[in-house]
Amino acid sequence: MQASTPNRPEAEVIAAILAGETQLYHELIRPYERSVYLMALSYMKNEAEAEDVAQEAFIKAFRNLSTFRGDAKFSTWLISITLNEARNRLRRQGVVRMQSLDEPPDEAGSVSPALMRDWREIPSEALERDEVRRLIQKAIETLPEIYKQVFLLRDVEELDVSETAQTLSISISNVKVRLHRARVMLQQELAPQLKTIGRAQKRRWLPWS
Amino acid sequence: MVIECKHVWNYISEYLDGTLPEETRTIVQRHLEHCEICSAILDSTRNIIILTADDRVFELPVGFSERLHARIDLELAETER
Repeated sequence: MQASTPNRPEAEVIAAILAGETQLYHELIRPYERSVYLMALSYMKNEAEAEDVAQEAFIKAFRNLSTFRGDAKFSTWLISITLNEARNRLRRQGVVRMQSLDEPPDEAGSVSPALMRDWREIPSEALERDEVRRLIQKAIETLPEIYKQVFLLRDVEELDVSETAQTLSISISNVKVRLHRARVMLQQELAPQLKTIGRAQKRRWLPWS
Repeated sequence: MVIECKHVWNYISEYLDGTLPEETRTIVQRHLEHCEICSAILDSTRNIIILTADDRVFELPVGFSERLHARIDLELAETER
């Protein structure tokens, strides 16, 4: 593989690829491998299929690169292609989404957080433990789909509100409502469990306290 | 102005994003100063958002990158032909 060009603006790299330096495509997509895989996984729920969708999305993005307009970020464009690819695949597989069960309407009642009187910060180092990672993965995976997608785009991929709205073709206020619900649902699910883990851990480390 | 806990909960997300209108933010802030339950809810939510954003939560399958770039190489070779 030829030498990479880490600090070259993305638009220039894209122009160079279109002008024939196709090998640069490898470098262009490197920062987005994880994002694309994660969004594919949110639909496919199975690692092998998610990987397939991700590969297909990167190939489609390459084939359609000349249609990319600089008005959206390349990452946002790439994620839209990924979501389309995942939806098409599910459609081909004949998976019929039960809209009314899977996707509660936005007007549905509000969600309540788990109540507690104190919270001791769980440090990021806790993620070194498989148990903690699995707990968090599972909580995200079991969010209703419409909330999960908004949550992944906003809080995991760190897209802003309007990019998220654009990617999912929903309104900005829907993004806000869904994100709020997703966050509260995660707090409700995870806070009591993480709190117990935090305490057990403390006991192990400080047997005298 | 005084508000109840359950109204504060509706503002958790926007409070954390710093997108509440000034007036609402002040009301929520005042409530948080004396309500340990709402403070704990807010702290735990913030903490959970930080944890879920960590790259360690979801990892790529082993060999994902190698397989992807091999596939892209095939595609590039096709294009050049």
